[in-house]
Amino acid sequence: MGSPKTETGTSTKERFDPAEWGRPPYAVLVVDRAGTAVRTEGETTLLPGVEQGVPLPEGLSWLAGATAAVADDAVHQGGSPRPAVDGEFAGRRFEAHPTRRADGEVVWWLVDHTARYAAEEALTAERERTRFLAEASNVLLSSLNSERCMAATARLAAGFLADAAVVVAPAAGRRLPVTRAVQGQDVTQDMIVADPSDVPGLAEALRGFPPVPSRWIDPTSLPEWLVPDGFDTPVGSVVVTPLPGHGVPAGALILLRADTRSGFSETEETFARLFAARAGAALSAARLYAEQHSITRTLMRDLLPPRLHRVHGVEFAGGYRPSSSHERVGGDFYDVHPGPTASDPSLVVLGDVCGKGLDAAVLTGKIRNTLQALMPMADDHERVLQLLNGALLNADNTRFATLILASVLRTENQVHLRLTSAGHPAPLVVRDDGRVEEVATRGSLVGALDQVSARTVETSLLPGDTCLLYTDGITEARGGPLGGELFGEERLKRALAECGGMPGDAVVEHIRMLTAQWLGDGGHDDLAVVAITAPRTTHLSAVDGHTRGRYTA
Amino acid sequence: MTTTVEAPGLDTLRSDLWTAVTGRDEYRAADIVLRALDAGTPAESVLLDVIAPVQARVGHAWQAGRLTVAQEHAATAIAERVIAALAHHPAHRPAPYGGRITVACVDQEWHALPARLLAEVLTLRGWRVDFLGAQVPTPHLVTHLHNTGADAVALSSSIATRLPTAHTAITACQAVGVPVLAGGAAFGPDGRYARLLGADAWAPDARAAARRLADGIPPPDLAVGRPVEEGLAHLTDQEYTLVVRARARLVRVVLADLERNYPAMAAYSAPQRERTAEDIAHIVEFLGVALYTDSDALFTDFIRWTAAVLTARKVPAASLRPALDALGAELKDFPRATRMLDRARLHLDEAVPTTDQPPGASA
Repeated sequence: MGSPKTETGTSTKERFDPAEWGRPPYAVLVVDRAGTAVRTEGETTLLPGVEQGVPLPEGLSWLAGATAAVADDAVHQGGSPRPAVDGEFAGRRFEAHPTRRADGEVVWWLVDHTARYAAEEALTAERERTRFLAEASNVLLSSLNSERCMAATARLAAGFLADAAVVVAPAAGRRLPVTRAVQGQDVTQDMIVADPSDVPGLAEALRGFPPVPSRWIDPTSLPEWLVPDGFDTPVGSVVVTPLPGHGVPAGALILLRADTRSGFSETEETFARLFAARAGAALSAARLYAEQHSITRTLMRDLLPPRLHRVHGVEFAGGYRPSSSHERVGGDFYDVHPGPTASDPSLVVLGDVCGKGLDAAVLTGKIRNTLQALMPMADDHERVLQLLNGALLNADNTRFATLILASVLRTENQVHLRLTSAGHPAPLVVRDDGRVEEVATRGSLVGALDQVSARTVETSLLPGDTCLLYTDGITEARGGPLGGELFGEERLKRALAECGGMPGDAVVEHIRMLTAQWLGDGGHDDLAVVAITAPRTTHLSAVDGHTRGRYTA
Repeated sequence: MTTTVEAPGLDTLRSDLWTAVTGRDEYRAADIVLRALDAGTPAESVLLDVIAPVQARVGHAWQAGRLTVAQEHAATAIAERVIAALAHHPAHRPAPYGGRITVACVDQEWHALPARLLAEVLTLRGWRVDFLGAQVPTPHLVTHLHNTGADAVALSSSIATRLPTAHTAITACQAVGVPVLAGGAAFGPDGRYARLLGADAWAPDARAAARRLADGIPPPDLAVGRPVEEGLAHLTDQEYTLVVRARARLVRVVLADLERNYPAMAAYSAPQRERTAEDIAHIVEFLGVALYTDSDALFTDFIRWTAAVLTARKVPAASLRPALDALGAELKDFPRATRMLDRARLHLDEAVPTTDQPPGASA
C-alpha cells in the first residue's frame, strides 16, 4: 500500500485493490474513529459478525479502542512502525497490525495467532512445570529426614499443584502420620487416630493401587481430619495419588482445590503423579536412612566408648577419636569395671585391636565382653590375658590386640594401681608436681601366639597424681608444624609434665587437644586415652555431674 | 534481669567463683553457684553473669601469662562440672516450648564452654537442645540433622583459623535445609565473617542468640540452590589453596631462613626450636584464613594479638618481624598475601621497636 497522496480520503485510487494485490491472507479491516468497520477484506470468515458499514461487534471492543488511539496519534514516533495489539475474538487469538490513513481511519491487518499462542502457552506451562520439578527435586533430595521430606512434599504440592495438600504416611500402629499444608501458610504435622478408608481412594493409595480419578471423588464426603485448619473455603475437587516408594508405598498425597476454582484437568492429574513419583522416592530414601540409622545405632550402642566418671573415690576420664570422621567407632577401646564394693579394686581396660573401622570395632566388642566376664578373676592379670588370648585364638578372626589392664583401689587418700601391659605402650604417671614416670610393665600381645606372658607392675597415686593409659594413635600421630613428624613419646611426656595436679578430664582434654593440633587436618589412626586420677581435695564430693551419693574424696 | 540491687551480689559471686576456680577448688565453686541459685539468683544470670565472665577472665589471665596452662584447663574443667551441677538444681526447670535446636562447635574447635552456656540458656528458655559438644566433624553434624530435623543449628567457633571449616559446616547445614546461627569470637566482633560465609544469622552473645532463635530464622531456600558466596569470589586466585597446601614447606623454609640469619638460634633446644616452628605455623595458618576471608584486618589483628602475648611473656614483639620478612620473600608472587604481610609489618614497626630476637626464643 502506497502512502496517500491527497487528504481527500475518498479517492478510489488509494483504496486497496484486490484485483491488483490478490486476496490478502489475513483479515483486513478499515475502521473509523467511531469504531465502524468501513471496509473488510481478505479472511473475514474468521470474524463472524463483522460487516462492512456496521460498528464492530462487542467482542472486538479492544480493536475499536486501539483504533481511537492510533487515529489520535497522527505520526507515530517519527514514522516508525506502530506496535501490534493482541486480542481474542470468536475463540481465536489475533495480532492486529495497524496503519493509519491520512483521514484518520485505521487499516488493521489481523494475523491469526491462535495456534502459536496455544503453543506458547503450552510451552510456558511446561517450563513452569519443569522448573517446579527441578526445584522440587532440589528440595526433596536435600533432606534425609522423613518429617522434613513430608513437610516439603505437602508445602510444594500446596504451592503449585493445588490450594492445599495433605501427605498421609503409612500408619504407625493405630495412628496415622498426617502432614497438612495450605498455600502460603505453615505446615502442620500430627499423629492422628483416623481410618484411611474414610477418604475415597486413600486406603488403596496407601497400598499402592493406581490413583482414583478426581471426578470419582465427591469432595463433600471428605472427613473433617483431612481438611487443613487454615483452609476456609469448601473443597471443590480432590486428587488422591500414591507416593510410590522403593517396593512399598511411601504414603499418599491428597490435593485439595477450593470450589471457587476449576477442577483438576487430566494433564494436571498426570503431572501430580510425576511429582508424587519424586516425592515418594525421596520419602522412601529418608525412611530407609532412618531405619538404617536406627539399626546402626542399636548395634553400635555397645561398641561406643563409655562415659567415665568417679568410681569409689577415684577419678576416671576417657577420650576417644575414631580414625575417620565419618565413623563413631574404631579399633581402640576402653572400659572401667567398678569393683563390687569400695574395698574391691576396679578394673580399667584400654586396648587397640589391629586395624580400624567397623571390623576392628566388632572385635573390640568381643574383647570387652570377654573381659567383663573375667572380672571375678581380675586380680590375676596374667591369667585374664591368657584366657582372653585363648578366646581370641579360638574365634574366627586373624586380628590381634594390645591392651593395658589396671586394677585400681583407693585406700585413705592414696590410689593403688596394678598395671599390666599386653604388648601395649607403657602407661605414664604424672605426679602432682609435674614429674612424669613411665610404668615399666611389659607383656606379649593377645590373639597371635599360643602362650602369653606379662609382668604386672605396682604403683601408687597420691592426691593430684594421674596415670595415663593411651593407645599408639597418640604417639604415632603424624603432623606438627613442619609436617610429617611423629608426635612421639617424648612430646607426650613433655605435654604431660604440664598436667600435674589437673583434674583427670582436663588432662585427657589437654592431650587430645595437643594431638588434634599436631595432626591438623591430616589423617590419623584411632586415638584413645584414659586418665586415672587421685583427687586433690579432701572435701565431700558433691558435684561430678553424676552424683551417686557422697564419697570421701 | 540484672537490677542495680543485685549487681553487687553478682560482683561478689564473680570474685568468689574466680578465687575458687583458680584455686582448683571444685567443691567451693559448686557451693557458690548452688547457693546463689538457692538465694534466688536466676539460673540464666548465674550462667551468663557469673560463670561466663569468670571464664572469660581465666582466658585473659592465661593469655597474659598470669595463669598456667594447667590452671586454665583446671578452671575450665571445674566450670564444666559446675554447669553440670547447676543443670540438676530445681531452679533449672524450663517450661517446655517445643522448638528443637542443635548446638555444636565446628571441627577442631576445643573451646566448648561458650556453646555449652548457650545450650543451657536455650534449655532454660524451653527449647529442646541437642548439645553436640566441642569439635564436631561436619559429617556427624549433618547426620545428626537428618535424624533429628532440628529447627536451627547454633554453630560456635572461637578461633579464626577454623573459619574455612565453619564455612563447610554452614554450607552443609544449609544444604539439608537447616538455617545456621553463627556465634563466637571467630566470626568477628560485628559478625562480619558470619555474613561473609553466608550464615543465616549471627549473635554477639548467648542472650542475643536466644532472642534471635526465638524470633525464628527462616530456613534457606533449597529450591534454587545457592551460588558461591559473593564475598568469596577472591578465592579463585588460588592464593588460599596454595598457601594452605604449602604450609609445612613454608614453615620449614622460614625456619631455615631464621636459622641462617640469627645465629643465636643454633643454641636453641629441640623444644625451643619446635616452639618457634609452631609460632611460624600459626602465622601461616592465620595468613591462610586472612586470604580465605580476604581480610587484612584479620591478619593484622592476629599479629597484634601475638605481639601482645609475646610481650606478656617477656619476649620482644619485634621478634615477629624476621618471620614476616622471610614469609614475604617466599610469597612475593602472591599479591594478596604480599599486601597482608606488608600491612602487618607496617603495624609491627609502628607498634614496637625492633630487636634481633626471633619468635619462640623464650620457650
